[in-house]
Amino acid sequence: MSIQVRNVSKRFGSFQALDDVSLDVDSGALTALLGPSGSGKSTLLRIIAGLEQPDSGEILLEGADATSAPPQQRGVGFVFQHYAAFKHMTVRNNIAFGLKIRKRTRGEIRARVDELLELVQLQGFGDRYPAQLSGGQRQRMALARALAPEPTVLLLDEPFGALDARVRSELRVWLRRLHDETHTTTVFVTHDQEEAMDVADRVVVMNQGRIEQVDAPRALYDAPANEFVMGFVGRASRFGDGWVRPHDLEVVPEPDDGTREGQVLRVVHLGFEVRAELVGDDGEPFSVQLTRDQAEELELEPGQIVFVRPSRTRAFA
Amino acid sequence: MWESRAEGLHGFWEAVTQPEAVAALKLTLGISAIVALINAFFGTIIAWTLVRDEFRGKSVVNAVIDLPFALPTIVAGLLILALYGPHSPVGVHLAFTRSAIVLVLCFVSLPFVVRTVQPVLYELDEQMEEAARSLGAREHKVFSRIVLPSILPGILSGVAMAFARVVGEIGSIVIISGNLPFKTEMASVYVFNQGQNGNSAAASAVAVVMLSVSFAVLLFIGGIRRLATRHERA
Amino acid sequence: MPRTWRTYAVRFTALGYLLVVLVAPLSMLFWRVWVEGIDKAWAAITDPDTIHAFKITLILCAIAVPLNTVFGIVCGLAIVRRRFPGKGLVNAFVDLPLALSPVVVGFSLYLLYGRTGWFGPWFTEHGIQVLFALPAMVLATIFVSVPFVAREVVPTLREVGNEQEQAAYTLGASSWQTFWRVTLPSIRWAVIYGVVVTTARCLGEYGAVAIVSGNISGKTETATLRVQDYYENLDQAGAYGVALMLCVLAIAVLVVMTKLKPKEGVA
Repeated sequence: MSIQVRNVSKRFGSFQALDDVSLDVDSGALTALLGPSGSGKSTLLRIIAGLEQPDSGEILLEGADATSAPPQQRGVGFVFQHYAAFKHMTVRNNIAFGLKIRKRTRGEIRARVDELLELVQLQGFGDRYPAQLSGGQRQRMALARALAPEPTVLLLDEPFGALDARVRSELRVWLRRLHDETHTTTVFVTHDQEEAMDVADRVVVMNQGRIEQVDAPRALYDAPANEFVMGFVGRASRFGDGWVRPHDLEVVPEPDDGTREGQVLRVVHLGFEVRAELVGDDGEPFSVQLTRDQAEELELEPGQIVFVRPSRTRAFA
Repeated sequence: MWESRAEGLHGFWEAVTQPEAVAALKLTLGISAIVALINAFFGTIIAWTLVRDEFRGKSVVNAVIDLPFALPTIVAGLLILALYGPHSPVGVHLAFTRSAIVLVLCFVSLPFVVRTVQPVLYELDEQMEEAARSLGAREHKVFSRIVLPSILPGILSGVAMAFARVVGEIGSIVIISGNLPFKTEMASVYVFNQGQNGNSAAASAVAVVMLSVSFAVLLFIGGIRRLATRHERA
Repeated sequence: MPRTWRTYAVRFTALGYLLVVLVAPLSMLFWRVWVEGIDKAWAAITDPDTIHAFKITLILCAIAVPLNTVFGIVCGLAIVRRRFPGKGLVNAFVDLPLALSPVVVGFSLYLLYGRTGWFGPWFTEHGIQVLFALPAMVLATIFVSVPFVAREVVPTLREVGNEQEQAAYTLGASSWQTFWRVTLPSIRWAVIYGVVVTTARCLGEYGAVAIVSGNISGKTETATLRVQDYYENLDQAGAYGVALMLCVLAIAVLVVMTKLKPKEGVA
């Protein structure tokens, strides 16, 4: 099911959460809404789900105007950051909820719940209560619950935000695999750019209620549309008039036309990679990324003056 | 409820300034204030014991606190009479005195301050007190500067509720106080009797005063709640 | 925290106060019934008028408690989940009976439904007796026990939040289905506790009902009024006997309350 957002705006009191936002999501795509807090990404997701109403604009689901439709009628599955588990029901009954509402037969429900328990690897946990599950298990249950009524769209609001790092990366892989199997149109919200790049086909970068850029992860990194995107997606430092990525800077022994001077402040060894933090002659700090071998060869020390040449800089109007 | 106002403003003033009515109101407010203060002190102490202390049977004590909530007030009056009235096994004879009223009202209002202070005390971060101690503060200072300000809203709202409760109490005092006009007649009993005797004007007047007191107390409690949470609001 | 003399001082002050004000009088009840004669007390308890009084009390409970439960849940939901003008006022009115004297409640009803009241004449015209009969007593009981369910429901609803309900909507549940399957179960213990407290209040009501019922033995007397009746007629055994029955009921209610209460405040 394709999603079209047309000129949606939303205000909360004096805070403009969304400002004339338009977006197209293709059927079957896995899309991330990426941005810092307050960028409007969760609000947009909830408007698509029908949990909030836009002040102006429209939402079209598969071409049909769904703007005023309540969430029950949109056929969207929603996964909340803090699971929103039905605490008084077992895992089975949580997952079965959407099916029971639709008055499926006992047999159908049982079969589908079993299928989903296997899919999310919670077989054997069916009769437990959410309070007896770990965070990661609860979120898998929430996913199974959202998927049970076979929604045409799956929406996830910072689904892994409340989980610890290891569980987060496991579930990321898992979500990708799930999408590859089911091909449900999926949109998820995150503030973690690595997560967005890792999982999504397309990333929508948002800031202050507006969309900055919509592109595949690689294009966002290599061809950012503006300063914000460049700084938010990957590391970047100001360099003279433009911006440069740490791995696009080369340390050279002799100065020439294309080089700038910099003083080493700190050398940080991050395993295979080494990051040197420098400050330029204009007082602006920047980083250079080197391999261990390069760093060893150059024998970088704090206080040392070196010359750097950028292989690519980027300037924005 | 506004019916009572329909008795007319002039009639109201006359009725309210009747010596018996004035005496009843004075007695009620005075005794209620005393009971409220007693509760403030003992209620806090009991709450402290329940939250911070450990001893066998504590959970029973905790449960028993709620008894005045569950017990019909008339039974409460009877109990106090049994222990401290005529035929008292302890030899204490307090029936038909103001002390009896105070005692029975303390029984009836026991849970209020305890139950409003308990949760606040429970949530209180003991580390604040530990910090104060490590900075050299002595125990009484720790209490007065750290603990007391934090639990004060709880104490105040509990006291206000206890006050409102006992101002209007009837069941328990109807038996034990003897209802001697000017001596031990409480406002609630005054309204009751005047109503029975058909003096609607007199009864309404005092009832209106009691109603206003109730409203005032509710407003006070609301104000405290807002004041207490001002630190938590952005 | 180490046990200092302070700890013991506080503990004994607390327990001492409780002994004087609470425990001693309670144990007196049993002693007094013993002294007055158990057979006399029993005679009073099994007196037909007494039995009728208990019946009346139970009828009042049976009407007031369910009504106030439904009202409390609806009110709680409205206060926590909706905005509407005058919400603060509604909140205050729900709390009012807690601060209001039962005498004022009873007397107001007496004026309203009396011969010269706003509603009185209408009822008399239609041949329905309100005052000094069951209807007024029901009204009085309902009014004094209004707040309790709402007061338990409101903080619980606030704490639970509405994410579970949002999840239910996205799964296709209608408002009604969501209420029954998600909202109500999430507050069920608060509601049950509120029901128990409401019941205790109804059982123990005296002042308001005393005024509007006229206290007619065998007709409009409740159990609590019966106690006073016996006492005023100098039947000590009777008074203590019925009081003991009520006390036993109250202790039963207290035990249930204690079991249901969320465990906070006792570290």
